[in-house]
Amino acid sequence: MVELTIDGIRTRVSEGTTVLEAASEMGITIPTLCYYPGLSCYGECRVCLVEVVKGNRSSLEASCTLLVEQGQVILTNSEKATKARKMIVELLLASCPNSKTLQDMAANMGINRVRFKIKDRGCILCGRCVRYCREQMKSGGIGFIGRGTSRRVGTAFDITPEECRNCGGCEWICPVCEQACTAGNLIDGLCGGCQNLAPVETCLICTGCSESVGPQGHKVY
Amino acid sequence: MKRLTSAVELEQLRVGILSRREPEKPCVSVCGGTGCRAYGCEDVAKAFKSEIKRQGLSKEIELKVTGCHGFCERGPLVVLYPQKIFYQRVSPSDVSEIIAETVIKGNVIDRLLYVDPLSGEKAQFEKDVPFYKRQQRLVFGNNGLIDPTNMEDYLAIGGYSALSEVLFNMQPEEVIEEIKKSDLRGRGGGGFPTGRKWESCRNASSSDGLRYIICNADEGDPGAYMDRSLLEGNPHSVLEGMVIGAYAVGAHDGYVYVRLEYPLALKNLGIALGQAREYGLLGQNILGSGFDFDVKISRGGGAFICGESTALMASLEGKVGEPRPKHIHTALQGLYGKPTNLNNVETWANVPLIISRGADWYSQIGTDGSKGTKIFSLVGKINNTGLVEVPMGITLREIIYDIGGGIPHGKKFKAIQTGGPSGGCLPESLIDLPVDFDRLADAGSMMGSGGMIVMDEDTCMVDIARYFVKFLTEESCGNCVPCREGLDRMLDILTDITQGKGKEEDISLLEELGGVIKEASLCALGGTAPNPVLSTIRYFRDEYEAHVRERRCPAGVCKELITFNIDPEKCTGCRVCARECPQGAISGEKKEPHVIDQEKCIKCGLCRDSCKFDAVIIL
Repeated sequence: MVELTIDGIRTRVSEGTTVLEAASEMGITIPTLCYYPGLSCYGECRVCLVEVVKGNRSSLEASCTLLVEQGQVILTNSEKATKARKMIVELLLASCPNSKTLQDMAANMGINRVRFKIKDRGCILCGRCVRYCREQMKSGGIGFIGRGTSRRVGTAFDITPEECRNCGGCEWICPVCEQACTAGNLIDGLCGGCQNLAPVETCLICTGCSESVGPQGHKVY
Repeated sequence: MKRLTSAVELEQLRVGILSRREPEKPCVSVCGGTGCRAYGCEDVAKAFKSEIKRQGLSKEIELKVTGCHGFCERGPLVVLYPQKIFYQRVSPSDVSEIIAETVIKGNVIDRLLYVDPLSGEKAQFEKDVPFYKRQQRLVFGNNGLIDPTNMEDYLAIGGYSALSEVLFNMQPEEVIEEIKKSDLRGRGGGGFPTGRKWESCRNASSSDGLRYIICNADEGDPGAYMDRSLLEGNPHSVLEGMVIGAYAVGAHDGYVYVRLEYPLALKNLGIALGQAREYGLLGQNILGSGFDFDVKISRGGGAFICGESTALMASLEGKVGEPRPKHIHTALQGLYGKPTNLNNVETWANVPLIISRGADWYSQIGTDGSKGTKIFSLVGKINNTGLVEVPMGITLREIIYDIGGGIPHGKKFKAIQTGGPSGGCLPESLIDLPVDFDRLADAGSMMGSGGMIVMDEDTCMVDIARYFVKFLTEESCGNCVPCREGLDRMLDILTDITQGKGKEEDISLLEELGGVIKEASLCALGGTAPNPVLSTIRYFRDEYEAHVRERRCPAGVCKELITFNIDPEKCTGCRVCARECPQGAISGEKKEPHVIDQEKCIKCGLCRDSCKFDAVIIL
């Protein structure tokens, strides 16, 4: 067992647990995007960043790939972590404004403006589909192509591969096409509407209450 | 050649080589480094060869094509032994005169000597040239003495004696202790203490006992070429360092990861590997000590990101060259999940030096936190472009003015960028900053792999930041969001500013974004990429403000913000600019002041370059 402190609370978890899992066990929600239970961790989106304090210094690490260590001190909601997270969601929104997942996340974080030019790429390159195809469907029909801003998800030589069984899993797991934001004119890249219309995620503390969690946070009974 | 099977045999071989050498025999040493090759040194070497043959002097005169001498600005370089006369800018037409006058008669040809532009004095020997005078060329100096394709040359200057010392007189722990004592820090950019890295690699558990040694020769920084010149000019020193490192950490397999753009380095390294194997200095049972180690060359595909250690290892494994989170150091889990010790070319080349001359001697050189010497590639707006090796702690002023000879055309120094594309730009107020790992980092820049780009007053700092961010945006692997999206957006904002479309809040947004990219990125590429932007905002904020508020580029570089005009006072009406202008935008009568039609002008600047009277001004 490893003992660590998350947001001031001491906890003991078994070795090999990630900080994200440890926090989740304690009921602390860390926003995630490229992380998906059952798929390998990848640390791409950096939305799950937490602050790791070491003496006088601290650094930001992706909690989905960071393994717990004895005596670790983690802050999940420090100013440094939330500031970086907000900037990352803002960057993602600018490159993919029609994702409901992102719009909701932005509303939850209190982002009220996207300061970057909107370049709708229709994909946030979170790699969920790539990992789902390879790890769950054992197919590996799709992968990343290219580097830098020309990176994209595709198939080899851009032809439908034999491995593809048309299962549609890639579409199902995609945070962008799973539920597209249908708002017409996005002001400053933000929609902000659906947050009030549909439940977003169920409260993690009181499992089973099926209460929706809105921008104001948990409703605990 | 028979394989060497003991330290004694190596020494006997060395004695044999030295006894065959005739130090008084005339020798023509032509620099064969890539810089000099660009100036045509291969033709010079060819001319020497045919001239020597023509005069039937093949037995009397030795011809040697060596590695880079460092003074690339004045290439092709030729040094004539035994007098060590130093000629620069030698062309094939000078060859017969050099043979006739200098080699045979011993006369010095004045016009081929280096003239110090400041004092006007001629320098007859390399050591008299101001460029070399202030350097301390411990690692790099041997380049000029040896033919990289001839192992005997390396043995003649004491090569592989450090290896035999280590194999027969030292335990692996003692080697690590010696390196730790020398305080050698990684020369690839991170500056991690080498000894500590070796120690953790040696102590790391490996299920099947496998460990790897890697030499990182994927030097991708624009304008930096010290690793290239070391591999091209003295590959055996790097190999010797690697074998010593392998013995220390207990590895039996090593890789040199060379970028594909370095064909000469690949060639010379391949030759060196073959020779070392032939002599029994690599492979099974090295020098009969019972220690096995061999090296393979892996050629990179040209991705800048593959210089990052984990991306390099992924690439070596045949995967896409992308970094992975480094929560576990590569010294514990690196290549194929085994403990791996990766060092840069220059770090490896320092190792034999430390072993043969001792850690105490080595740690006397340099500053408290950074020991030894460092090779920098001094490029940009500087008189003496080239590779310089200086002790740590030397000031930027000494490098720029004493060694570099100052800024060309009497322009004013403006900034120096250290550490490659993701280094910071330091202003004139910091010119007395001692150069070491920590001082550079404190000033918002970094040591990096040792690139130094000098900029003069005609450089726009916003445009420079934009240039480097563009490079990094293209070279980012695109894996993590802050680096991929953040740098792209940073480039958008910088491009807007240079085009006069900047907004007041852009500067603070750049600072905020830069801070997040630095903190949140997965690897060191993103972690350092905002440095050029953040450092230029820190030291040259007024230029950013001029671009944003006044839509003005103070250095006159950003095309959207400048206009070319003709000063009627200075214009003599010579019509040169009118003839040069590709747009036909310049009109005026002969001997009357001309005018530029701004509608037609494409701001190519040809008029300004062609005007002999400085009458074309930028407004």
